[in-house]
Amino acid sequence: MPDLTGDAVAYLDHAATTPVRPEALAALTEELAQVGNPSSQHTSGRRARRVVEESREAIAAALGVRAGDVVLTSGGTEADNLAVLGLYRARRAEDASRTRVLASAVEHHAVLDPVDHLGEREGADVGWLPVDDLGRVDLGWLKSELADNAERIALVTVMWANNEVGTIQPVAEAAALCAEHGIPFHSDAVQAVGSLPVDASAVDSLALSGHKTGGPVGVGALVLRRGLSPVPLAFGGGQEREIRSGTVDAAGFAALAAAVTASMADMDLRTARVRGLRDALVDGVLGSVDDVVRNGDPEHSLPGIAHLTFAGCEGDSLLLLLDAVGVECSRGSACSAGVPQPSHVLLAMGMDAATARGSLRFSLGWSSTERDVDRLLDALPAAVARARRARSRR
Amino acid sequence: MRVVAALSGGVDSAVAAARAVDAGHDVVGIHLALARSPQSHRTGARGCCTLEDARDARRVADVLGIPFYVWDLSEEFAEDVVDDFVAEYAAGRTPNPCLRCNERIKFSAVLDRALGLGFDAVATGHYARILETPHGRELHRAVDPAKDQSYVLAVLDAEQLAGALFPLGGSTKDDVRAEAARRGLLVADKPDSHDICFVPDGDTAGWLRDRLGEAPGLVVDAESGETLGSHDGAYAFTVGQRRGLHLGRPAADGARRYVVGVDVATSTVMVGPPVLLEVDRVEGARPRWCGPAPAGPVEGQVQLRAHGEPVDAVVEVLPGAAADGGDLVVASLRGRTRGIAPGQALVVYDGTRVVGSATITRATRA
Repeated sequence: MPDLTGDAVAYLDHAATTPVRPEALAALTEELAQVGNPSSQHTSGRRARRVVEESREAIAAALGVRAGDVVLTSGGTEADNLAVLGLYRARRAEDASRTRVLASAVEHHAVLDPVDHLGEREGADVGWLPVDDLGRVDLGWLKSELADNAERIALVTVMWANNEVGTIQPVAEAAALCAEHGIPFHSDAVQAVGSLPVDASAVDSLALSGHKTGGPVGVGALVLRRGLSPVPLAFGGGQEREIRSGTVDAAGFAALAAAVTASMADMDLRTARVRGLRDALVDGVLGSVDDVVRNGDPEHSLPGIAHLTFAGCEGDSLLLLLDAVGVECSRGSACSAGVPQPSHVLLAMGMDAATARGSLRFSLGWSSTERDVDRLLDALPAAVARARRARSRR
Repeated sequence: MRVVAALSGGVDSAVAAARAVDAGHDVVGIHLALARSPQSHRTGARGCCTLEDARDARRVADVLGIPFYVWDLSEEFAEDVVDDFVAEYAAGRTPNPCLRCNERIKFSAVLDRALGLGFDAVATGHYARILETPHGRELHRAVDPAKDQSYVLAVLDAEQLAGALFPLGGSTKDDVRAEAARRGLLVADKPDSHDICFVPDGDTAGWLRDRLGEAPGLVVDAESGETLGSHDGAYAFTVGQRRGLHLGRPAADGARRYVVGVDVATSTVMVGPPVLLEVDRVEGARPRWCGPAPAGPVEGQVQLRAHGEPVDAVVEVLPGAAADGGDLVVASLRGRTRGIAPGQALVVYDGTRVVGSATITRATRA
């Protein structure tokens, strides 16, 4: 494996962003050097359009859908917003009584916040699908909702795999239940694509992101079954299926396609290797530090995520101490406003806020090495001991 | 040393951190998230805890090349500073939340956490000096009298001072601004903060009304007992206050009237001529000594409000004589001063040295 971060750090935050794969970097730089708007009719435009369409076909092939289903976006967040807001608005415009939105309680903010917005500003009646203590959604709850309210439901959204604890959701089952009632089903697969075999034909709508799969930041896609026409978020040239406007980013799309294709090609070997490293990390931590709990579903989990709770410890303190010795990880929850809020994912799984504060996410990816894990295991026991002492002073 | 530099996003803390780096310390920048729900941007006076301040603090750390983290102390701040502030007003006193924050947050919660994580000290942009002397570590006024902030630090005990670093105490504000500009710190032109950081738009009375509700009562002439008007809540009034009384008619002698007393039990605000504000004996409870407690009477000065002039005084400590059973600090002033509000700090100086402080409980005239 190429060593992208050198000796300086052990990068254990691939779920935040993973290094760009060489295949994607090559595709990006090659296309960036070219001129041509894919919507132009001359030779340069046709050349760029060909890159776009070949990229679309490659992504569609990797995800088991047809090329026309793939809508390029500026990233996972836009794809999720387009699906949630756009499908809700379109479904309500068809039938004003469709105000019910069902979303899992552990969604990423890119889904959570537009759903909240619909509840607060656009008259949606939001139902949060509960999860068990492993983070898996309750399909029984969904069934009874569908039995009681099917005609009122505008859409259902359940993520493919959780970005904090790594739990894989029973998405195909949930989507099949919704399909029985003709209710559109969206899945945020930002963490799943590239890490799991994802059959996008199982759902009506699916979001993916470039930079979580070894592509660049600022590019992603919404995979959308034909016949679904979400109301656009931004209006303009209508370049992507009249759903998404803006000059199509041929270079970004080419890089996204290269990353997705490469991650499908080496999926089995790579994920087995990453899973092995992750398991070694978890075993090593559990064997060297007392009072650690692993969160999430050990049987159905993203291969690269280890989410751990260290009792009697502030996650912030631990992160600082590990950072100081070149080990980079994450609290795993958003803290855009400065004050890290307790993770809604952990709270939904039944953890109390105080315990949740002692949690860290270590995430591995295609460029991770044994040495990254070893560096963490070398540094962690002393860091935990120190962070626990710091906590107990108060 | 390993140093935590508290970065507020303002110019003072930025230069303090820069000087700590220059001094060869291993510095980590920390922005304290104190508000539960930070506002994105505030217009007018700068407070703390806005997203803009957090961003500015981060940029300072970038320029200095030091790590940067946000520490969530919103729970501690709400409990130890904000709740206390409200309770003090509800009890008819006028608290100074900056002293409280220094005592309980910056040099307690933050310092404890820093020490626990292996740091040696917390550096802030306060204007005050710590001097190593044959008698030990001493807290002194800053050299710039216009910026001196030793008053709000007079709650720090010897242990807290041992972990404090004030790199700006020997400089003037102008020097610090110039230095910030020279160092390329983008906050060089940022205005100073003046308001209470957790009260948006500076409307303390309105903010208190939201929390304490309306408690209407009478405004009474302190000398005649005559009712002069009414008010919505005694907590909006502070001894020495002249504005906002809304008394319809002038005093018989035409003199201005001031708040001379607040009785929250009866929700009565007493007003009178300025002579009633004059005091020469001030008592305080809950003393905090910035070193060993004084062995006998201190012939020195006291300062009785944040930007007040020091007044010559003899200060004695009467063990166990305070209402709470603790030590009572009694300052006998040489001459008189005016408008001393219970709840403010009585800070004892010996020249430039800060001896300690107490919370004012009573001010009287012989």
